[in-house]
Order: sequence, then structure tokens, then C-alpha cells
Amino acid sequence: MTALAEVAAKTVRISDLNLYYGTFLAVKDVNVTIQPNKVTALIGSSGCGKSTFLRSLNRMHELVLGAYVTGEVLLDDVDIYGAGTDPVAVRRQVGMVFQAPNPFPTMSIYDNVAAGLKLNSRRMKRADMDEIVERSLRGAHLWDEVKDRLGKPGMGLSGGQQQRLCIARATAVEPDVLLMDEPASALDPISTLAIEDLIGELKKEYTIVIVTHNMQQASRSSDMTAFFNIEGTGKPGRLVEIDTTEKIFSNPSKQETEDYVSGRFG
Amino acid sequence: MSTEPTERDPEVTGPASREPNAAPPGRVAPALVDAPPRPVRHRPPARIAGVVLPAWAPWLAVAGAALLMLLVSLIIGFSVGLFVVGTVVLGGIGQYGWSRAVEGPRRATDRGVTYTIVAAFALALTPLVSLLYTVIQRGLARFDEQFFTWSMRGVIGEGGGAIHAIYGTLIITGCATLISVPIGIMSAIYLQEYGTGRLKRSLTFFVDVMTGIPSIVAGLFAFALFSIFYGPGVRMGIMGSVALSVLMIPIVVRSTEEMLRVVPDSLREASYALGVPKWRTITKVVLPTALGGIVTGVVLAIARIIGETAPLLITTGVVTSVNTNPFDGRMNNLAVYAFSSYKSPGVPPQPSIDRAWTAALVLILIVCVLNVAARLIYRRFGTEIR
Repeated sequence: MTALAEVAAKTVRISDLNLYYGTFLAVKDVNVTIQPNKVTALIGSSGCGKSTFLRSLNRMHELVLGAYVTGEVLLDDVDIYGAGTDPVAVRRQVGMVFQAPNPFPTMSIYDNVAAGLKLNSRRMKRADMDEIVERSLRGAHLWDEVKDRLGKPGMGLSGGQQQRLCIARATAVEPDVLLMDEPASALDPISTLAIEDLIGELKKEYTIVIVTHNMQQASRSSDMTAFFNIEGTGKPGRLVEIDTTEKIFSNPSKQETEDYVSGRFG
Repeated sequence: MSTEPTERDPEVTGPASREPNAAPPGRVAPALVDAPPRPVRHRPPARIAGVVLPAWAPWLAVAGAALLMLLVSLIIGFSVGLFVVGTVVLGGIGQYGWSRAVEGPRRATDRGVTYTIVAAFALALTPLVSLLYTVIQRGLARFDEQFFTWSMRGVIGEGGGAIHAIYGTLIITGCATLISVPIGIMSAIYLQEYGTGRLKRSLTFFVDVMTGIPSIVAGLFAFALFSIFYGPGVRMGIMGSVALSVLMIPIVVRSTEEMLRVVPDSLREASYALGVPKWRTITKVVLPTALGGIVTGVVLAIARIIGETAPLLITTGVVTSVNTNPFDGRMNNLAVYAFSSYKSPGVPPQPSIDRAWTAALVLILIVCVLNVAARLIYRRFGTEIR
């Protein structure tokens, strides 16, 4: 068993980041620092590049054929787009939760949570594995609901439970940063509330970046808010401003942010 | 009847009576009084209620048509073909007309199309039923213990069995599966998960071409290949397996590729986001999710090649005794056994012809078992993919 190192939430510094799909520039010139142990919400209209930007933070962006990146993304002080960087290693430090819950259909609840450990073939004792699974499920507020049926398929859970299962799966590998792409958009209000409460607790341990279309969600659950906008179809998206959530929603420094958050967009 | 306009009683559909608790005349809300007149709307009449023919109506129509055809037969003489075709056609027309008169044109069209589809299905099924009936009827004559325990070594005339052919079929097909499945599945993984650009396109094209190769060509290929190394006239079980693999690989590639394609990308992304490398994602997430479908595809591919005759005739040859070593000499199999027994039955011919039918029956049974197995496997291991 490899020796374990202590990990902590990391700062993400992004400078001059441009994101391309082939020749199409999707997001341009992002310069921002994402602080550790804070929840940073990304808001903006559809198609303005929030999700693309989010996916560039753990190199998932490049999975699309022809997609590439210029610029720098520093995780503490390591450039994740540096020449020798292993994208797989980056993704072990920067976890992700997706819009639609996507538990592995062939695996039980237990195996879903342990998937990140098992698939990375970390050899570990059964007891250690049990402990991590329990801790992750407790962290995702799911333990009490599933502790008696850990061997049952993960697909048998409700949508909200599945999403919390996915969060447990993402946290079980102990990432430093957790990316969430509209994690509650497919859920009912009660499950949404559960996820939001969860986000509030997860920030004690992780750096969290969340994309949301829901202004209330951004204002309720985030510390910092970044507003993305796009000038028109075919134009690249850009980061308009980032500030504390309170300031963005009460007194933003740019007029277009004001228009968007107050519902007078367009 | 259908053209008359729908009755609309203004008293019934008017706004006042829609509201059962409408205010009494003296206290009518001003908005209701001042409401502008409703715009007049038009559309073709639609009847919701109507008459429907009883459930036995289609049967009655067909029975009536049959009766009519019998009467016609009395006049012009009976012929099975004319009777069946006439009954089916007249039954359909009669039913359509009856339905159109009673139920209206929409239901009549529905009945007409339903009838056509059922008739087409029955037509497609007829040869299959006839074939099964013939094979079972003639094959049962020798479907006995001796058939499954004896070979044809030293047998002339009555008796004898096909154990050597059954062994041969299982061994040759088994070896073909062993060759085809790894190659086929790995090719499919390459095409679906890794391949891009020109190489992928050309491989896909050649797989498609391979699907259309006539089986005799596959046999000649294997024969020519082994002749290079062993000299002309060589016969071995494994040659048959190679020939069958040529036929089987494209089927396995196609079905596996299709199964991998339906595995949602969200699962691959979920795995990548956990820091799992691509090859482990494929082996631990994608393949298990598609497993049921892949196994089903493989079993169906086996069922497809197990009855091949032509390539085996030239590669494995005809022999009368048991040979279980695919690398040494001729090896019989059920399809070739049936073919050669029927083609050169000897004197008297009947025992040999009976054996041929039984061999065909056994072959059909093996294919049936494989198909059922495929269904069971899919039900057991198939994953619900949303």
C-alpha cells in the first residue's frame, strides 16, 4: 500500500485561459483566482461557456475531439496544462459531479462509492475500504438511507439519492477541488436543498466550483460568484466579473451583471 | 353522415353555464358583461362517440371470405392456392368495407393496415413452420440413442450415428469462437473507443465488406492459406475454424460496436473524473455495462455460422470416424454430414436419408438452444441503460 499524504483544499489560479473547440474559440481570456475552502458559483446564460470553463479545470475539456486550451491553470503552484502533467493525475485531485446523476449501472451502492479506489487499483484492506465508503456516504448525507442496502444496485435509488451517491463517489478519492456542473438542476426542491446543505459542509474540506442556472441557489450556497456572458452567437464567452456573492447580487460593478442578476437580461 | 356539422348548443357551451356557481342575474360581474364576443372558430367535425365493430368481426370477415371461396370452388374447381389467396384478399377487402360503412374511414384504415401486417407476418412465417414441420417429422425417425452414440465407422446401410459429426461441429465452432471473439471485441473497442479519421473509416468499410463475403470464398481462403504451409490437399478441423472465423469476426465486430455505442458517455466521463485511466474505464466500466449485449451478439454470431456447409466441405472434408483433434486430419460436422448423407446415400438409400434429416434436426436444436441461451444471458447480465 502506498503511503498516504495529507491533502488539503487547493487554490486554483487561472491566467489568460482560452478554450477552443477546433477553430472555434469558446471562452476567451479568463483570469481569475478560485480560493480554497470557498464555494465559487459560475452564473450566466446558456452557451456562455460556464460548463466548458468548468471542464477545463480538470482537463475534461480535451475529451471532446479537437478541443484544446491555451493559457495556464495553476493548482496551488503546479500548471495542470504543463508539458509533463498527466491528465489522469489531475483528475484524481480535481473531482467532478455532473448535471445528471450517473452512477455506474453495473455496480452496487458500495462499489459505486468505492469505484474511484477500486478502478485505480489501490490495494487496500476491506476494513479501510469500508471506512472510506461509510465516511463518504455520511459526508453526502446518504449513509442512513442506504446503510442497509449497500449491496443493492446504485440505479435503484431516487434521482436525488443518486446525485448524492455521485457526490460520495467523487469525495471518496479525496480530491482537493470539487467541480459541480449544475448538480441540482435535475432534482426536486427538497433534494436540491439537501445538495445545497451538503455543498455548505463540503467547503470545509474542498475548494468547490459550481455551475448553476439558479440565481437563488448561487446566492444561497456560494461565497464568490463569477458572471460569464457572451456577446452573441458565434462569439466567445468571457468572464465579466467575479466578486463576493453578496456584492454581485446587490451591487455589482458592471451594468450587464446587474441586468442579468436582476432579471433584465438582453 | 360524417360531413354533418357537430351540434353545438350555445346554451351548453356558453360562458355563463360553464360556471355552475355563476352569480345571480342582478349581481353579474362587470367583466362578464363587457366580455367581447367569442371569436368564431372552425375545424372539421370530430366524432368522439361512435359505433365499433365487435371483437370477432375480423374473424367473421375471413370466415365469410372462405365460405365465398368455397362456393366459387364448386363452380370452377378447387385449388388450394386460389382458395388461400382468395380468402386472405377477400377477407381483407370485406373487413375494410364493412368497417368503413359502420365505423368510418379512420378506423377502417386502421383495420386495413393491421390486417395487412398480420397477413404479411403469417406469410413470412409459413416457410419457417413448414420447414420445422418437415425436419421434425422426417428427423424423428432416427432421433434415437444410437444416433448420439455411434459414428459412421464401418456402418453400411441401417444404423450408425453422428457422434463424430456432433463432436466436429462443436469443436470446429468452438475454435472459430475462440479465434473470433477476442479479435472481434478488440477491433470493436478500437473502432468505438479509440479510432479516429481515415484508419477508422477504412476499417469500418472493410468490416462491412467482410460481412458480405460469400461463405465459399472464406472456405477457399482458409484452404489456400493452409495449402501454403502444408501442401495441397490438406484437411484439418482448424482450417474450418479459420474459414468460419472469417465469417464470424465481422458479425462480432458489428454487434459489439453497437453495444459499446449505447453505453452513455456520461459513464465514461464519470470514470475519467475519478482519475481512472482510459483503458481501465473501458475494461471496468464500459465493457461490463455492455456485457449482456456483447455476449448475446457473440451467441447469435455462433448460431449464424454453426450451420455453414460450403467452407467446411473443402476445408475439413468428410470422414466417418470420431476425430477430436482439430490439428490432425479430417473432421466431420453436422452440416456436411447431412449434405453428404443425402447426396450419396448408397444402397439402400433410406437409412442414409433418414440420418441426414436427423442431423438437420439436431443442428436446428443446437441453434435453438443457443438462441434461448442468448436471451437468458441478456436477461441475467443485461444492464438497463438509460
